[in-house]
This record gives sequence, structure tokens and C-alpha cells, in this order.
Amino acid sequence: MIVAEAKPLEELLACLEESRRALIVSCSGCTAVCLTGGAAQATSLASRLKIAKRINGSDLDVETAFLLRQCEPELLPAIADRCARADVLISLACGVGVQQLAEAYPDKWVIPALNTTFAGSYAGEGVWEERCGLCGNCVLHLTGGVCPVTRCAKGLLNGPCGGPADGRCEVDPEVPCAWILIYERLQAQGRLELFTQVRPAKDWRSARDGGLRRFSREGMSRE
Amino acid sequence: MLFEPRIIGFCCFNCAYSAADLAGSMRLAYAPAVRIVGVPCTGAVEDAVILAAFEEGADGVFVAGCLEGECHYRSGNIRARQRVQRLRRALQEMGLDGERLAMYNLSAAMGSRFAELANEFSRRIRLLGPSPVRKGGGGA
Repeated sequence: MIVAEAKPLEELLACLEESRRALIVSCSGCTAVCLTGGAAQATSLASRLKIAKRINGSDLDVETAFLLRQCEPELLPAIADRCARADVLISLACGVGVQQLAEAYPDKWVIPALNTTFAGSYAGEGVWEERCGLCGNCVLHLTGGVCPVTRCAKGLLNGPCGGPADGRCEVDPEVPCAWILIYERLQAQGRLELFTQVRPAKDWRSARDGGLRRFSREGMSRE
Repeated sequence: MLFEPRIIGFCCFNCAYSAADLAGSMRLAYAPAVRIVGVPCTGAVEDAVILAAFEEGADGVFVAGCLEGECHYRSGNIRARQRVQRLRRALQEMGLDGERLAMYNLSAAMGSRFAELANEFSRRIRLLGPSPVRKGGGGA
């Protein structure tokens, strides 16, 4: 899932100085799961904005719209009436949802209320941790299911480096060394030969440096 | 400045609500500014509910749950404490004094303690003055 964190209220208020009527659009997908962009957070943000604006001496009419998923273009026309009434749209989705909303309502100013931070998963109550760097060239079958691209601070393909102490990363003693995790996992599986093989440089062309990435599924796409 | 504050107290049925009831049975007078809303557990009092009280013009809000370790749902009151701490910071961000929100813990047998807390909180809110969210003193 995609994990996103709330922007400071101050940053949103600075964008809303001229606005009279805002629509907060929530997303029941990933950002609802990480408790930053769901219906409850939309209701709470609406109250916080109204209170802050009233204290500053100006009134802001804030409505809320709850969407199942903001990244699905088919779901966006359902809120057309409410979008038309608003002079600004505040999105509680990840960057994908924000862009879909902006594309569906190109005449509206769309403000992201969240900072999209990473692709990750649950790591304890109220905690989420990065798990995938979306590099487009997966090596998890070689590393015991532990991603060295995201979980090793140096993104090494042949680790560990000389830095770890007591199984912890030199960058942050709270973080386990990914390569020690990989070693332990492969050892438990009796596949340590994978650990000793030297990996050549990774092909990063599938990562972000080649411009916009696009995927068309053969047999389904009309491209 | 003298004003009659409006205070909302979200009180857990298993403890603080009964304590308020007991205070009444004991004929203890406590601040009339306090309006009690009974809840099944303080853990069920979401951000939006507390914020709605402030949005509607409450001068102060308190959440009163069971003593720590005594929650009937194990950890509802701990969650409520964390939520109140977080919301106090959020109130500051909005321009409201974080002191306008408080969390208390008490048992159903603490009728006189409830009256004390209600009076103490009411005094605190009187000193802070009316909520800047209130417009012309209307609506609660």
C-alpha cells in the first residue's frame, strides 16, 4: 500500500487564504488504512480548517466527499456536483489520487493535504514502514524476501557493508541491517549459496530515470 | 472578564458518568457550565467528535475515563489519553489554547473527585476566557 502523512495545517491554511468554499475529498484506499486520508480524517480536517479560519476572522465553508478510491477515474464523476460548488478541492489521497482528481476537474485548484511518502506496509500498531522502492526490477527471490533496495540504507546488492553493529544499521541503530536479515533468512532456508554469489550492477533503467513509466498489459490494452 | 463558560464533558458510562451521578446523589454542587455527554468508552470518542464540540463553540472539553488499567475494553482510556495529547497540539495549530482540552481518569466511586475536577476545569476555562471560535456568544 501507499503510505502518506498529513501536511501541517499551516501549509494548507496558507493555500486557502482566498477560498470561500472548499471540498475535502477522502480516499478509502491506502491512505484510509494508514489513518491519514479516510472519511474520519476528512471530517476532522474539515473541523480543523473551519475552526482555524473562524479564529482568523474569515469563514470557510467546507464540505466533505468520501470516495472509495481516488485513483480510479471511473469513481470520480460521482462527486461532480459537489466539486462544481467548491472553489478549491483538498485531496486526502496519495499523489496518484490527487492527479486523478485534478485530471477529472481540470478547472479546479487541487491541494494535496498529504505528503505521499512510500510504498510500505504495517509494522506494528500505528506504524508503517517502507518495503518497496518500485525499482521495476525485483530481486526479492534472491534475497530471502528482504528488499535491499529499500531496506539497506545504501541500497547495496552485495551486502552487508562494514557498518552494521549488533545486527543494526550504522545509519540508524533502531533499524536492522537488511543484509544481516537476508543472511539469516537464507541461512534458515539452507540457501546461503545465494548470499555468496556476487551480483552484477543492477539495471536501473526500469527505475525512475527514464521518464514516465507506463505499463500496457498484452491482450487487454488497445494500444 | 466574567462569562459563563460552556464545557462539554465526554464521560465513560462505566466510571466518570457514574461518578457524576454519584456526585449528584451526594448533593455535591459542581460547576453548572459542565454538560455531560455519556459515552460507552472514552476510546470511542473520536477526533471529529471533540473537534465538533469546539467548532460549535464549546469553551472547553474534557474526556473522563476509567482509571488507567481499569478500562472495561482494556485500553480505550489509554487511546483516549494519546488522542487528547495529540488534539491538544492540534488545537494550538488552529489557534486555540491546548489547555481547553483535558483528560481525567476516575472510578465510579469518585463522586467528590468528579465535582472537584469539574470545578477545577471550569475555573481554568473561566481564566482562559471565551473560545475565539464563538461568535457573539450564540450557539453551543
